[in-house]
Amino acid sequence: MAGADVDVGTELRLGLPGGGAEAAKAAKRGYEDTIDLKLTLPTGGVQKDSGKPEPAAEKAAADPEKPPAPKAQAVGWPPVRSYRRNAMTVQSVKIKKEEEAEKEQPAATAGGNGSAFVKVSMDGAPYLRKVDLKMYNTYKDLSIALQKMFSTFSATGNEGKMVEAVNGSDVVTTYEDKDGDWMLVGDVPWEMFVASCKRLRIMKSSEAIGLAPRAKDKYKNKS
Amino acid sequence: MTYFPEEVVEHIFSFLPGQHDRNTVSLVCKVWYEIERLSRRTVFVGNCYAVRPERVVLRFPNMRALTVKGKPHFADFNLVPPDWGGYAAPWIEAAARGCVGLEELRMKRMVVTDESLELLAKTFPRFRALILISCEGFSTDGLAAIASHCKLLRELDLQENEVEDRGPRWLSCFPDSCTSLVSLNFACIKGEVNAGSLERLVARSPNLRSLRLNRSVPVDTLSKILMRTPNLEDLGTGNLADDFQTESYIRLALAFDKCKMLRSLSGFWDASPFCLPFIYPVCAQLTGLNLSYAPTLDSSDLTKMISHCVKLQRLWVLDCIADKGLQVVASSCKDLQELRVFPSDFYIAGYSPVTEEGLVAISLGCQKLSSLLYFCHQMTNAALITIAKNCPNFTRFRLCILEPGKPDAMTNQPLDEGFGAIVRECKGLRRLSISGLLTDKVFMYIGTYAKELEMLSIAFAGDSDAGMMHVMKGCKNLRKLEIRDSPFGDAALLENVAKYETMRSLWMSSCNVTEKGCQVLASKMPMLNVEVINELDENNEMDENHGGLPKVDKLYVYRTTAGGRDDAPNFVKIL
Repeated sequence: MAGADVDVGTELRLGLPGGGAEAAKAAKRGYEDTIDLKLTLPTGGVQKDSGKPEPAAEKAAADPEKPPAPKAQAVGWPPVRSYRRNAMTVQSVKIKKEEEAEKEQPAATAGGNGSAFVKVSMDGAPYLRKVDLKMYNTYKDLSIALQKMFSTFSATGNEGKMVEAVNGSDVVTTYEDKDGDWMLVGDVPWEMFVASCKRLRIMKSSEAIGLAPRAKDKYKNKS
Repeated sequence: MTYFPEEVVEHIFSFLPGQHDRNTVSLVCKVWYEIERLSRRTVFVGNCYAVRPERVVLRFPNMRALTVKGKPHFADFNLVPPDWGGYAAPWIEAAARGCVGLEELRMKRMVVTDESLELLAKTFPRFRALILISCEGFSTDGLAAIASHCKLLRELDLQENEVEDRGPRWLSCFPDSCTSLVSLNFACIKGEVNAGSLERLVARSPNLRSLRLNRSVPVDTLSKILMRTPNLEDLGTGNLADDFQTESYIRLALAFDKCKMLRSLSGFWDASPFCLPFIYPVCAQLTGLNLSYAPTLDSSDLTKMISHCVKLQRLWVLDCIADKGLQVVASSCKDLQELRVFPSDFYIAGYSPVTEEGLVAISLGCQKLSSLLYFCHQMTNAALITIAKNCPNFTRFRLCILEPGKPDAMTNQPLDEGFGAIVRECKGLRRLSISGLLTDKVFMYIGTYAKELEMLSIAFAGDSDAGMMHVMKGCKNLRKLEIRDSPFGDAALLENVAKYETMRSLWMSSCNVTEKGCQVLASKMPMLNVEVINELDENNEMDENHGGLPKVDKLYVYRTTAGGRDDAPNFVKIL
């Protein structure tokens, strides 16, 4: 409700025991916090958790007049059991770590450390999968894994055709490289592929026409 | 009836549905008192300090099932300092001395030690059910003792306890001869368990109906277990993180397919959205679903799954579900009786994807709704009035608007009228938690209309003593009243002192009660324990002096036959 967002200061003025001054401070604090939050609009239930208390704390540190942010959150409020709070905190931290790890992956692959997770989508499949390219040594290994992964999504009556090996009759596997270009999988040496692949897409052969020449040309020019 | 032999009277008593009725017949005459007490099998103690354990054991030497509750409810939210009390040991020791036929023990919000668990395990030869809820003070070593020595164990149900992890050994302590398990819940155990031990235990437990795993149990172990438990009715999954192996999920789907009796599902630790479609086939038979520990699932993941759950009666979910998700719930789950929407983010000035609109949609679609716990960031009187009209069958209504004192989001008015409508329409309301901007008027409504109300939770509400006085005067069936951060003082506390004897307890924290008022209460009502809890926390600033009288930080009043307790810490003064 628009009215409520703008008048947060007025809302928080009421109801807190202890008198006007305290409440007014709390109101101001709340207003600042809302402003901060508006700048980082949540995009989903998960990302919201990360870093929310920080903007308020920074503001509080910067402005010595305002009481520290934690006091805005009364002890034991909201009334959520410690067990639940702890369980959620662990998971939020985990999610945040995974998200950060994802973002860093394409840059880190060359170093030979850890993993190289990339998203895999298949046209017509209801959702994405993810693979760790570091788990495979050759294109063949990868193609077998992808085959297994997406075999459940075959339309009825179509099972044999849809999951032909990579670059088989009906589907081809393509990938988006570090430059944002879409290339056919298989054209470059495996290690170079792992280092440059950002995501995979399995698409109908008919839609992939025009990619092959670009890939070869691209790497001809680069070397 | 005095002409009937005792056995006949006892037999007649066995038809009495609950403790309350048995208490009543005990009062008729000495003969009935004796017959009743010797034949009572189930004893419920709502406040462990209301009566001495020895007295309970003396009166009911043949009890088989004992339930004891310890700390007050607000202990869940860290308002009761550690070491306040609620110790299980005196109860277990008393039962060990006077009631060795004990078979079942249920404890809530109590401090339980490994020593007590070991005593329990070794003393009661017919012991078969241990249920611990929100307890603390023990470790997996205590569980090892239970597993090792309780030869007839049927139920080990650990709900949301703080358990110190000392390794996976405990689960392997169930002997090979233990084949009697019906219910095993170790979801709150933080550490790993041995997968092989778990699989073998399940394999030799043909009566297993309820199994709740913890976060460490991987998908493949779950699948193997489910293949062995075709009669499972309640399952708490282990870890459902995406491990990129489709075969695992396919195995899981096949395993679920075997569980035709499955009615209730929970867990979903670290659940990846990719695993959900493998569970869809089981959704149509579910009556209970708890997704409230899965922040990884977003609104569309949740709604896709829930839209399959057409028989759902109980749903616990995070607010990630959003208003549009609640609309899907409203249109899919026509049998819904209980809904809990928990916050995924605890920041009070934040944003919540659920609002009053989601709740209105639910009230329209789920006419059987009787129990609600709803966390949100905004509410309106209009919505509450609509909800009250749509769902007059509420018995439990708990609304938590995260920002204290927040008014109607549309009109900026207090939410008195909205909650007033709830208590007016829902004539069977037994439990109520209110929040948002509220004046004394809401308490006038509560006192006038909430005649069946047994438990009321108040936070950041009211203007004056009159508010609390309305409640104390009007709510004839009130058993538990808990208040925090509200301007009620000595006048309200002392207005109706006799009423506290009809209640289990009163909690007041950060209100305007002074120690003098508490002393007056204690002197007028010797059958109450008036506990003043004044903890000096370095983090909190000392409160300004309002009118010269020091305020009591926390007050806990309860009726008791046991007198002052001798296990109170130094920050608790019993007046």
